[in-house]
This record gives sequence, structure tokens and C-alpha cells, in this order.
Amino acid sequence: MDSRLLHDLTKLLGPRAVLHEPEDLLLYEYDGSVEVARPECVVFPRATADVVEIVRLANRHKVPLVGRGTGTGLSGGAIARHGGIIISFSRMKRIVEIDAENQRATVQPGVVNADLSVAVEHLGLHFAPDPSSQKACTIGGNVSENSGGPHTLAYGVTTNHVLSLEVVLPNGELMRLGSAALDPPGYDLTGLFVGSEGTFGLVTEITVKLTRVPEAVKTLLAVFDSVDDATETVAEITARGITPAACEMLDGWTIRAVEDYVHAGFPLDCAAILLIEVDGLREVAEAEAKDVADVCGLHHAREVRVARDARERDLLWKGRKNAFGAAGRFAPSYYTQDGVIPRTKLPATLRRIGEISKKYGLQIGNVFHAGDGNLHPIILFDERNEQQFRDTIRAGDEIIEFCIQMGGSITGEHGVGMEKDRLMTLLFSEADLALMRRVRDVFNPEGLLNPGKILPTSKGCGEIYVRPRPAAAVPSA
Amino acid sequence: MSVSGASVLSRLAEITGDSNVTTDPAQIAGYQIDGKSPAAVARPGTSEEVVEIVKFAAREKLAIVPTGARTKLGIGMPPRKYDLALDMTRMDRMVAYDPGDLTLSVEPGITLQKIANALAEHRQFLPLAVPFMNRSTVGGTIASGVDSPLRQIYGTARDFVLGMEFVTGDGIAAKSGGRVVKNVTGYDIHKMMIGALGTLGVITRINFRTFPLPRALRTCIATFRGTAGACELRHAIARSVLRPQSVEILAASGGSSSELGRRAAISFENDRWSVVVSFAGDEQVLNRDRRELEALARGVDRIALESFTELRAEPAENVSRHIASLPAAILEHSPAAAIFKISALPTDLAALASEIQSVGIPWLVMMRGLGVTYLALLPIDRSENSLRLLKQECGRIFSLSGKVPRGRCMLPWCPPELKSEINVWGEPSGDFPLMQKLKNVFDPGGTLSPGRFMGGL
Repeated sequence: MDSRLLHDLTKLLGPRAVLHEPEDLLLYEYDGSVEVARPECVVFPRATADVVEIVRLANRHKVPLVGRGTGTGLSGGAIARHGGIIISFSRMKRIVEIDAENQRATVQPGVVNADLSVAVEHLGLHFAPDPSSQKACTIGGNVSENSGGPHTLAYGVTTNHVLSLEVVLPNGELMRLGSAALDPPGYDLTGLFVGSEGTFGLVTEITVKLTRVPEAVKTLLAVFDSVDDATETVAEITARGITPAACEMLDGWTIRAVEDYVHAGFPLDCAAILLIEVDGLREVAEAEAKDVADVCGLHHAREVRVARDARERDLLWKGRKNAFGAAGRFAPSYYTQDGVIPRTKLPATLRRIGEISKKYGLQIGNVFHAGDGNLHPIILFDERNEQQFRDTIRAGDEIIEFCIQMGGSITGEHGVGMEKDRLMTLLFSEADLALMRRVRDVFNPEGLLNPGKILPTSKGCGEIYVRPRPAAAVPSA
Repeated sequence: MSVSGASVLSRLAEITGDSNVTTDPAQIAGYQIDGKSPAAVARPGTSEEVVEIVKFAAREKLAIVPTGARTKLGIGMPPRKYDLALDMTRMDRMVAYDPGDLTLSVEPGITLQKIANALAEHRQFLPLAVPFMNRSTVGGTIASGVDSPLRQIYGTARDFVLGMEFVTGDGIAAKSGGRVVKNVTGYDIHKMMIGALGTLGVITRINFRTFPLPRALRTCIATFRGTAGACELRHAIARSVLRPQSVEILAASGGSSSELGRRAAISFENDRWSVVVSFAGDEQVLNRDRRELEALARGVDRIALESFTELRAEPAENVSRHIASLPAAILEHSPAAAIFKISALPTDLAALASEIQSVGIPWLVMMRGLGVTYLALLPIDRSENSLRLLKQECGRIFSLSGKVPRGRCMLPWCPPELKSEINVWGEPSGDFPLMQKLKNVFDPGGTLSPGRFMGGL
């Protein structure tokens, strides 16, 4: 890295807010995905004004810039693919304002997702998007990736909860998009910006909606002896017009991996479980819990258990949210996917994943947001075995191709990042991608901000350049 | 080159077929926007035809305005140039409907009514209870960005449109989003198309998530003397565990709109502010909703609460429908009306309400509990004097809402005569330069609805 730039950054932020020694940079080489790339330095702004100055300096030296929260992302969004500066928002973690009456909060990007909900709990409110990594991931990262989570089935993903953004554009310009009041006139730039994976600008302040905590919550655990029965239950719950707050599925292999690690009380000899939550007014939650249990029974659930108290409920969720970590204990590496399918295609898709697992002789665990058709197959592999690594990528691609054939999508909540950009051509035409590129260029004309993400850099998708790394980091979905 | 030139018409006819291009003045009159008529109307039947027409128009420097049922052409500024109306009503297919997945894909020209009928067979619906919903096309509804009282619980189109296909101003067919309920693949360009009045692209397909139809509906009306009790009740509901389908505060200056009030089962007497709250669910839940709402209403101001009434089944549905389409009913009742849309934080509704009371001409107001207010000014006639007064009041409303912190104001409906002096979009916001650049990406030649949008876009 240019020593002048390093000097200027250090002068601006102080020596304790700039990392550039190779051993200090190691931690910032990766996120929760299988990707690796080393930044040239990492800086820690404390205020929006710092971000503006950093962007101006980077601009002057034509150095790439990548925003980063806590690095829990699962698609390489926060990795400096082409080197340059990583801007870590970990010191911009102030909750700027809580406006309980209007159910809004304004936060800096480094605020941890769960911390906001904790801060407003006494007001009977919470921030609804709840990625499994919510105890670590930041709201700035959620905005960039348009993160989901189990409860987005009923409450929507991040974009449904973001009202306004303060952003620093790659030219150093500070801009406010949207408004704390609803429906500001003009094009919906906030809607466009959320989920742009850090390629449009650096978010320095976020105004979000807060959601009232429901009066009653009921969490059901349904146990099945066949995966088909479980997936058909989900399809029927959806078709009957019951909208649970969450509807998650774990298959037998995953259950055993989790139980061994978390002791959530999942039965070890079953083929699949569904974790279904209903909420609302007491009467609504009770009636829906009964409807859900009825559907489970119709599809041969062996057992339907309702969590008796908050402790039991938390334990069930702990089992779900730690599934990825548990899976990581069984192989040196794993590759998680994020395909989405229409809910009616769940049974067929799970069968297909089973076939692909057999075909390549690879263990594939399934733990996913069944209620919105968002799959997370976990393919276990050993990256030291080159053949297995190639098979893993092939198996992954076959699953994604099947999702697309079913009318689905390549990513439901993890983002495209640098992991799936080569798959974009399976969903989008050259014209679609060219338009997206022109839209990006409006914000980021020189491509200095988070280069090499979302949009495929070369034509076609035959090339596999995903590099695995040892399972040192334990990602969560 | 003018659009009526024989070569232009023959090229259009070549694309869509003879019977789908017209220059007949009688037909064209129906496509007027603020008194401006196009030279021709073309009715494409496919997205490929839209591409060809837009490409041709871009080359010939013709301006296009896409239209649906033409119920909301008055929204926005008059187009700077208007050569060709692109009537999308032939593209009215339901392309895919997967009731089991609760997803739907439609062409833009299909009417909301047709969609509602098809979905009702599976006890589903789209929560687009918008003005003109009995006639509107889905494309026009989405492009105009009108909202619905049901946003209280279902959100707006930006929350349940899953993806779109569209044709940009240089005639390129593109898409964004998808057809599944959860998707973060690529940029959400379709979000910008919502409410863009066709200035970024001609929408050729829209994918929705659908919703289960509620089992039963109940509507409660709490009428207060004065604004305070009504606004307080709104806050009390927000603090409670109740999850109503809609919360609307309605009022009007004395007697001026008693007919509109009667249809909404509301007293529009002087200084009466009614909170209309709808709930959905089964009997047991609805009974509790009603009971707790009544307690809240009595709790906020027992003395100012003048009445609390409850409507069930069909009357409840009728009132909800009437309130949803109130802007349309106002325009029918009083064609020279000016209807503002004012966005504010919910806690500023009370301040806004008391300002509204000082409006000098007859008015009617509908405030959504989430903070979106529709204020209708109702001139007694279209005389020069009435319009002058109306214009004066409009200017006052714009400056008044400017005083509400974070308030934003626009004028979706007003007599065209006012538009020569009033910009209905209000002042462009700070992010307007980005909007200009984006418009330039989507429509570099200014082919699509030029000038109708904010800041002359």
C-alpha cells in the first residue's frame, strides 16, 4: 500500500484505528463464506465525517474500499477481493435515537442486530429481521445484504424495515435517502440501496421500523419419520393460508449433529423435524397452533410438542440457530447454499438434493427456512481432497440449477457477493445484467467500492474459482 | 417527425396490427392528460411489441405515456411531450398463479377486479384496496404508487411485489427480482418502478406474493369531538397488542361532504373526528378486538368520545371499501378537488390535524394511522374565483406541511389549471441528483412520460 496513503489515514484516524501489519490483517481476510482475500489495510472510523475523509483519500489514490461489519456474511460481501482498504464499522455502534411512539430507531451501522432489540425490549418493541447470526452481525451488514432470518416469514426481510439511510457515495458525497416518514415522493432509492451489497455506497446511519412484540408466542416441534411428510406438511400449512411467524426444518442428519452439540431435546431417530412458531393475540396464537398441529398430524407427524415456557422455546431455537456450527464439527469444510424455490416444490427439491448427495457420495445436511422455501443445504467436504472439492462445487451447482428450474432463485438472504456472481447468468440475461451494471455505475462509476461483487466479471459460468479454507470460522445463517 | 405522419402510423400498425393503432379523435380524447392529447394510441399485445414500439419511438424522438384503465392519469405533472399513448390493456393475462405457494405473476393490463376474482376462488387476495380499484389495472396501480388502508398490516406494493419485467426507454426488455417470496439476487430495480409513473420503464409483468383472505371483518368507529381524542386513540392502538387491518382518522369541515360521510358511515359534522378501525379474524378474536378497542377509546377521552359503533360482515366490508376508494369518490363528487398526500411521523398527526382546521375552504381529511394523510380541498365550483382561492390554499398547505418535522407533501390530484403555477411534487429532495442520473440510465432519450415526475423527470 502506498505509504503516503497509509500516512494520511493514520494522521486522520490515529495509529490505533489503522491496521496494516500482515498479522493484523489475517482476521480480515475472510468472512463466513469460503472465500479469502487480503486487504492492504483496515481502518476504524468513529464518525460519518471520518468515513467521508477515508473515501476521499481512497479516491485520490484510486484504492478499492470495502465496508465491513463483523464479517459474519456468507457470500464474501465483506472481503477485499481486489485488495485495498477495509472500512470496519465496529466503532460506529451508537444507537442514535429511539422513538418509541413512532416505532422507529436510528442507528449507526456497527450496531449489532440483537443489541437493538435488547435496547427496545422494555418498550415492548423489537427489530424484526433476525438472522441466525443476530448476536454478532451488524445492522449495517443487514442493510447491505438485505438479510433475512427465521421470522422473516411473517415479518419480512431487512428491506421491509428500513425507512431511511445516510450514505457516503464513492465520490465522498454525503446523502440522505428516503425519510423517517413513509412514502417520500421520488424514486424509491432506499429500496434500491438495501441489498446492494456495499457496491453503491457506505451506509453511515440507518432509520428502521420497530415492531411491537406479540402478546403470545407458541413454538411447536413436530417430529417426522420421513422427509417427504415434513415437506408436505409445510406445503399444506402454506396452502391453507396459515402464516406462521417462522417455519424451519432440520433433517435427520442435521438433528443428530445439533443434538450432540446443543442438547436441544431433538429426537435422534427421526427423519426430520419442523420448528414452527405462531404468534399474535393469545386467541390467534392458540387457534393457529391447533391448526398447525392438525396439519402435522394429517401428514403422519410422530409427535407434536409445544414448548411450555420461554426456556424450552429458547432451547429449541438454540438448536436451530447453532445448526451450522454443529455441522462444522463433522468435516474440515462445508459449503452452504441459499437457493429458494416455490413452497409447492419443497418435496421434489428435497428428494433431488438426496439424489445429488448419493450421486457424489457427499454428506448433505438440510436445515432451512421451509416456510418461505429458502433452502440451506450444507455440503460437507475436505478441501485437501481436490476431487471432493470439485464434486462439492458441482453438487452445489446442480442443486442451484434445480432451484432455478423450479422457478426459484440462487440466493434468498445470504447475497450474491463473490461466491455466486458466476451464477447470475443462470437467472439474468445480458440485458438485465448490463442494466444492473449501469445502475451501479450511477453510484459507483469507477468501481472502487467493493469491486468484484454481485455482477459477474467474466462471461459464462464454467469457471470455478471458489477457494475453500479450513473450517476455522463458524458461520451461521 | 410528427406521430400522425403516415410512415409512423404504418410502422406502429406493422408492430401491433392495424386494429391496435388509432388516431381517431373520439378515441384519443379518452387518453388526455391534463388536457393534452396524444396524436395516436397503440395497444401492444406482447412485451416484444412494447420493445419494438419503444425502440421506434426513441429513434423517432416520440414521447410515450403508458396507460391502463386511465383512472389516475391526473397524477403528476402534464407530460412535456405526448405523442403516443401506450395502452397496455391488451396485455391482461394472468401468466402464473401458484395458490399453494401464494405467488402470482401477471401482465400489467389485467384489472385488480379480475385478479381479485381469480384469487378469491382460492380464498386469497392482493392487499391493494386502492382508489378506483373497481376499474384500475394492476400496472397503473403499481406505477402510480397509490397506497391502501391495508398497509397498516400488509405494507405497500414495495413489500409484496417480488419482481418485475419492464422495457426501458431505449427499448430494452429487462427484469429484476424473481417469483419466489424471498430473494436477494441482484439489485432490486423493480422497487424504483413502483410509483415512478412510467418514467423509468414500461412495466410488462409483475410478480406478487398473495395473501390468505381474512375469515371475517369487523369495523369499529369511534367518533370524538375535537382532534385530540382521535389522535390519542391512534397512539393507544399502536401501543396495544391489537393488530388491526387498518386505522384511519376521518373528518371534514361542517356538512360539506355529508354524502361521502354517509357512505363511510361517518358523521362529518363540524369538529367530529372519527377513528375507523378494521379487524380481521374469527369471531372470538373479533369480539376481543372490539372490546379492547372500546376500552382504549373510553380511556383516552371519555368525555370527548361521542359514539362508538360497530359494523359486522357486509356493512363492515362496504365501509372499508368506501374508505379505501375515498379519493376516487371525492373526485367524482367534486371534480375540481385538490387532494394532498402528506407524510409525517404519527406523533405529528395531531399538530397537522389542528392546522387543517384552519383551511379556508371546505375540506375532508383521511389520516392513515401510520402517518400518511390525504387532505382534500373541495372548491364549491370551477369558477375563476374558486380556483384562485384553491390555489391560494394549496400554496398554504405546501408551506404548512413544510413546517412539520420530516413532513413531506405532494398533490396527487388537482385541477389541471393549477399545475401551471404549482409543482404538484413539491420541492425535490436532497437525493434528487441521484434520481436524475438514474432516469438518464433508464430513459436516456426522455421517451417515457417526460416531465410527469418529480423535478421534471
